[in-house]
Amino acid sequence: MKKVIALFALMASSLSFASGGGIHLDEHKTDLTDTASLQRGAQTFMNYCMGCHSLEHGRFNRTAKDLDIPEELMQENLNLANKRFGDLMTIAMRKEDSKKWFGATPPDLTLVARVRGGSGDWLYTYLRSFYEDTSRPWGVNNAAFKDVGMPHVLAGLQGVQKKGCAPVSTGYDSLTGTEIMVDSCELAEPREVLYLAEEGQLTPKEYDNLVYDLVNFLVYIAEPIALERQRLGWWVLLFLVIFLIPVYLLNKEYWKDIH
Amino acid sequence: MSQQKNPIMGWIDDRLPVTVTYEKHMSKYYAPKNFNFWYFFGVLSMIMLVNQILTGIWLTMNFTPSADGAFASVEYIMRDVQWGWLLRYMHSTGATFFFIAIYLHMMRALLYGSYQKPRELIWLFGMGIYLALMAEAFMGYVLPWGQMSYWGAQVIISLFGAIPVIGDDLTTWIRGDFLISGATLNRFFALHVIAVPLVIVALVVLHLLALHEVGSNNPDGVDIKKHKDENGVPLDGIPFHPFYTVHDMVGIVVFLIVFCSVMFFFPMGGGFMLEYANFEPANGLKTPEHIAPVWYFGAFYTILRAIPHKLTGVIAMGAAIAILFVLPWLDKSPVKSIRYKGVISKTLIPVFGVAFAILTWLGTQPSSGEFLHLINNTTLARWLTAFYFGYFLLMPFYTRMEKTKPVPERVTGGH
Repeated sequence: MKKVIALFALMASSLSFASGGGIHLDEHKTDLTDTASLQRGAQTFMNYCMGCHSLEHGRFNRTAKDLDIPEELMQENLNLANKRFGDLMTIAMRKEDSKKWFGATPPDLTLVARVRGGSGDWLYTYLRSFYEDTSRPWGVNNAAFKDVGMPHVLAGLQGVQKKGCAPVSTGYDSLTGTEIMVDSCELAEPREVLYLAEEGQLTPKEYDNLVYDLVNFLVYIAEPIALERQRLGWWVLLFLVIFLIPVYLLNKEYWKDIH
Repeated sequence: MSQQKNPIMGWIDDRLPVTVTYEKHMSKYYAPKNFNFWYFFGVLSMIMLVNQILTGIWLTMNFTPSADGAFASVEYIMRDVQWGWLLRYMHSTGATFFFIAIYLHMMRALLYGSYQKPRELIWLFGMGIYLALMAEAFMGYVLPWGQMSYWGAQVIISLFGAIPVIGDDLTTWIRGDFLISGATLNRFFALHVIAVPLVIVALVVLHLLALHEVGSNNPDGVDIKKHKDENGVPLDGIPFHPFYTVHDMVGIVVFLIVFCSVMFFFPMGGGFMLEYANFEPANGLKTPEHIAPVWYFGAFYTILRAIPHKLTGVIAMGAAIAILFVLPWLDKSPVKSIRYKGVISKTLIPVFGVAFAILTWLGTQPSSGEFLHLINNTTLARWLTAFYFGYFLLMPFYTRMEKTKPVPERVTGGH
């Protein structure tokens, strides 16, 4: 039996390599209880993404309620198209038009976190992996999504990344404790990396935080019920475990004379 | 049979055999007293069937069976319908747990020879249920109209196209269109919510009637009806109710704990129950990177893929299912239970269980991958496919050849 369990554990571990499309994904430590983060993420989404991307399965009022955003604030500052509070978060851009403009219609993003492996990792990596590529129509490419049709909307905040040889950390000096930096092209396995060539309005740390919040929001909107589902789940399990006690004792009582 | 104790029951019993039926199937249905862990999965399958039917009824109240509306209506259920998310997760998780219960139920039959004479019809009805369940699950998976719904249906229906002469016309007939379309979605909805469930319920009734006619097998495979007391009650039998109802309750609650743990905390099942690509609406112009059927079809899909020739592959896949139907006539062993079978059966039955599990796993993986970094997936699939057929086709020989142990007169162990 132990061997069987070990076999399945091995299978499960080989599974984690199956998705991801090659690139190493940075972990997004999603926290749906961090309401402030979700609010900031919603703010970023409405201001930077919603010109092209809808959230057509979600509603303004539900989102405002779940994220503790007062109705007036939501309607004045986040509902930029002035839709009714109970409306779905659709956009005005017509799909035929955007198809012409971008080559592909910008997808609805309500469920994008679930499409991308059911977690925020891919999105967190993707939004931090744009780099300059003058051969592309928008001047950028993406290390997580090759030849993506989307421009780098957040470039003003992040700055411009380039792909090439750059110093990368290989660990810490055991005597001095200082970080050892080696050019990525001179490593045992030489590779090109992304590095910041032009600074944006935000520091790299601030930009990571902004993307973290945005992805947190996208994970939320993909399944708004997630927290409630887990909360309820604990109660249901508690009930079943307690219920198991009389059920077990009843069975024992009936069977005690059967030999 | 009407007893004078209750005039209302007496009145009813004179017109409808309620008491007689209750006694025949519950309070005077004598089941062997030595059922073990494996005997929970029949009732657990029933629990899942009821779960699927009840949640399904409420899901249809808000589902829109059209190519334009299906995807959005599922998200509407998930977000705007009161408790809709719970109904949907109970249904989607229920499908997986239904198949887990069914596969373990079938494994039980394999272990203890529950398909052998005189229980051949029980097995045949059971296989009918399994076949209908596969159709039911396949068509249900198309309904959310996501990318995997669409392309999964595309792949599976195209298999019928491999049939010579009529293949192409047959696929058009099944789809109701020249490609998967709203017409396909509509007919699958009708079949999924009405036609196939009716067939399944009818077969379940027949499965149970046949079972209660000949009586339940047990882990020893002995016939408990050979030894009866002066009232004609089997000495090793106990009334199903109350003994097995209270006993099954324990199994049901434990099963529900596992079921709820998955449903409330891992409703996507790591992409095995709700596939990631299925959260993207169906798009006939964009093929997903990796099309795989839902896990419970994995074994048969692997057998299909293991064979490089399409028609032969389809035939092999069909044969893999068909051969299960004739199992009662392949097993020539004089004993039923693995406990008294010879060393060949004792080895092959568990190995078959593991092989089937690995075949299932391979069906969810790209065929170019490597299993445990040891062996190419396709190579392994071919070996296991050969084993799958060998296990059944050679069964008449090794079950007759091997030396069996004597079966005891009465059941052993138990409680």
